[in-house]
Amino acid sequence: MSSLAPALGQIAVLVIALAVAVPFLGRYLAHTYTSQRHLAVERASYRLLRVDPDADQHWKTYATSVLGFSLVGLLGLYALGRLQEHLPLSLGYAALPADGAWNTAVSFVTNTNWQWYSGESTVGHLFQMSGLTVQNFVSAAVGMAVAAAFARGLARSMQDGRVGNFWSDLVRGTVRVLLPIAAGSALVLVACGAIQNLVGNRTVGTQVITGGPVASQEAIKQLGTNGGGFYNVNSAHPFENPTPFTDIVQIFLMLVIPFAMAWAFGLIVKDRRQGIAVVSVMALLLGVAISLLTWAEMAGIGLAPAAAGGAMEGKEVRFGTAASALFAAATTGTSTGAVNSMHDSLTAPGGGVAMFGMMLGEIAPGGVGSGLYGMLMLAIVTVFLCGLMVGRTPEYLGKKIGQREIVLVALYVLATPVLVLTGIAVAITAQDGLAGLQESGPHGLSEALYAVTSAANNNGSAFGGLTSGTPFWDTLLGLLMLLGRFLPIVFVLALAGRFASQQHLPPSAGTLPTHKPLFVALLSGVALVVVGLTYVPVLALGPIAESLS
Amino acid sequence: MLDIYALFRHSLAGLRVLVAMTLLLGVGYPLLVTGVAQVAFPWQADGSLVTATGARTTDTGEAVGSAIVGQAGDDPALFHNRPSAAGDGYDLLSTYGSNLGPNNPDLVAAIEERRAAIAEREDVDPAAVPPDALTASASGIDPDISPAYAALQVPRVAAANGLSEDEVRDLVAENTSGRTWGVLGEPRVNVLLLNIAIRGLAGS
Repeated sequence: MSSLAPALGQIAVLVIALAVAVPFLGRYLAHTYTSQRHLAVERASYRLLRVDPDADQHWKTYATSVLGFSLVGLLGLYALGRLQEHLPLSLGYAALPADGAWNTAVSFVTNTNWQWYSGESTVGHLFQMSGLTVQNFVSAAVGMAVAAAFARGLARSMQDGRVGNFWSDLVRGTVRVLLPIAAGSALVLVACGAIQNLVGNRTVGTQVITGGPVASQEAIKQLGTNGGGFYNVNSAHPFENPTPFTDIVQIFLMLVIPFAMAWAFGLIVKDRRQGIAVVSVMALLLGVAISLLTWAEMAGIGLAPAAAGGAMEGKEVRFGTAASALFAAATTGTSTGAVNSMHDSLTAPGGGVAMFGMMLGEIAPGGVGSGLYGMLMLAIVTVFLCGLMVGRTPEYLGKKIGQREIVLVALYVLATPVLVLTGIAVAITAQDGLAGLQESGPHGLSEALYAVTSAANNNGSAFGGLTSGTPFWDTLLGLLMLLGRFLPIVFVLALAGRFASQQHLPPSAGTLPTHKPLFVALLSGVALVVVGLTYVPVLALGPIAESLS
Repeated sequence: MLDIYALFRHSLAGLRVLVAMTLLLGVGYPLLVTGVAQVAFPWQADGSLVTATGARTTDTGEAVGSAIVGQAGDDPALFHNRPSAAGDGYDLLSTYGSNLGPNNPDLVAAIEERRAAIAEREDVDPAAVPPDALTASASGIDPDISPAYAALQVPRVAAANGLSEDEVRDLVAENTSGRTWGVLGEPRVNVLLLNIAIRGLAGS
């Protein structure tokens, strides 16, 4: 059971660590995505792979590269899954079924990492490290690349729709940023007890002890806001997350790049204050989520926590309620979806906050890259609304928000809610959908709602009572993940292209300053109102009804 | 709008990049981390195995378990772990939390049942049983119990092993970890290491 002072203390540790790391990493990220120079090893590999890293791509070309690369990633992962029984290091596990392989391939390519399967009894080491780990890196690098392209679009003028080079963004994000941090973090995790070997299942005493290259996957799982655990219980497993120290390291890893991307954004548009404003909104919303979740779990709201004297169902003793709540807020505020407690057993308000974090579109601070572009879309909505109020053509960072621009933003903002709400409607009207639910009544709806929200927002965490490894759920969630990832990316890149073509307008007396506390408050309000209006009806039937019952 | 020929061309470039990335990230990276880990932290990397005397080992033949994984056990002379939803209990091949919702009537009933059973087993007031004893963990293989649950079991374990309660309490204290830096996580008692220490003292 947790008490308040240490609960606040561990939040303070996290805040200090982030405050030190974010400006530093932000500067490094900005340099990575704007530098004209290639590393020698990068240049050699571009030549070998016959890709041109210096072509300044039109947004359509950039988007085609994103889609082409993701398509082969999807096909490759599907093939690895279907052929598993013929691969080495597969521990004798069978090939994945067609629907399961589709679901997993989409899931990891879209940075979602929804898992219908249980790692320790379904997939072998080769699939984990050469299939899943690779997508953990590159799907994260794709998100960062798109965000970088969008920031460049805002920073440029009269560039005829050109937003940069996808291949160089992809390679740099992977080689210069993700790989070194992941390798270092993996070794820290091993030192504390996370396992890292290539052996299979071994009998030790009366138990079977599992093996695997766990720490190497764990590090990038958190750093790339992926979230797909090596084992079924994810970061609750002592071999993935052995101590309270590794736990705070994992929380730090999932938050650091999303915040640093926002910092880098300010540097790329050559106005540091703009980045700081975005970081502030992210921190504010995340702070609210952490407070509410920590309160709900420590207070232990609900019949079962009351009966037990505390909300410890589905939680580990070493983490207790406070560190579990902190992890849950971070994993749903980002697009990670790793869990160190079972979210299905969270208190009703706690589970509701987790769901709301995802519904916000994961902007607080969001996935690596996707959090930044999601927040910037809402920033544009905010200047647009404010422009309407004072009757002026709205602009953001010197770019006019005209009709074409706001249509793209509206498409972006609507895409995910349409997917979530269509998804939940299909899920709860189909017999095959209802068959997967463990609970009945409002909590049953919450299970289904959590699943479609998690999929369409590319989070990947679950109310685990849902049995999702059926053709119905695998197919539905696969479609939601795929559309929920790539529709928004195309809209973001299209908008980046339009901004890159525009001229920079000098700020005038009527320009709404977008770096002041007023804007931070307005943007936070817009985020909450847009999401609130969209989801309140369905939340009322699920977690809110549960909380009041 | 989408140019299929262009997509095909970019996919081919994507395929070349993916193959290179797979070699780097899917083979090179995990093998490098494995290599370094096996040299620098061989005990941890292989699962923190311990022998019957609590000594570190990487030999599965002489190990009795992992120091960081809980084990099923109902030996009346030893400390008990938490309830587990992993397979038949503490099964690493099917790690699982119950995932029962916060208002689930079956969960409430299970908690009441466990409270009564533990109170009878330890001969204490049912109200004294702490939450972690009544609830299934997230992993189903939680290695720890709360200091409160350990304290509750001290009299039974002491009596069963012919030890004084103070001796057992000392062993509990030795196997208790506090919060890291005073703030991270929760105080906890490692059950496997504690039971090894109990057996050691009782046998000597």
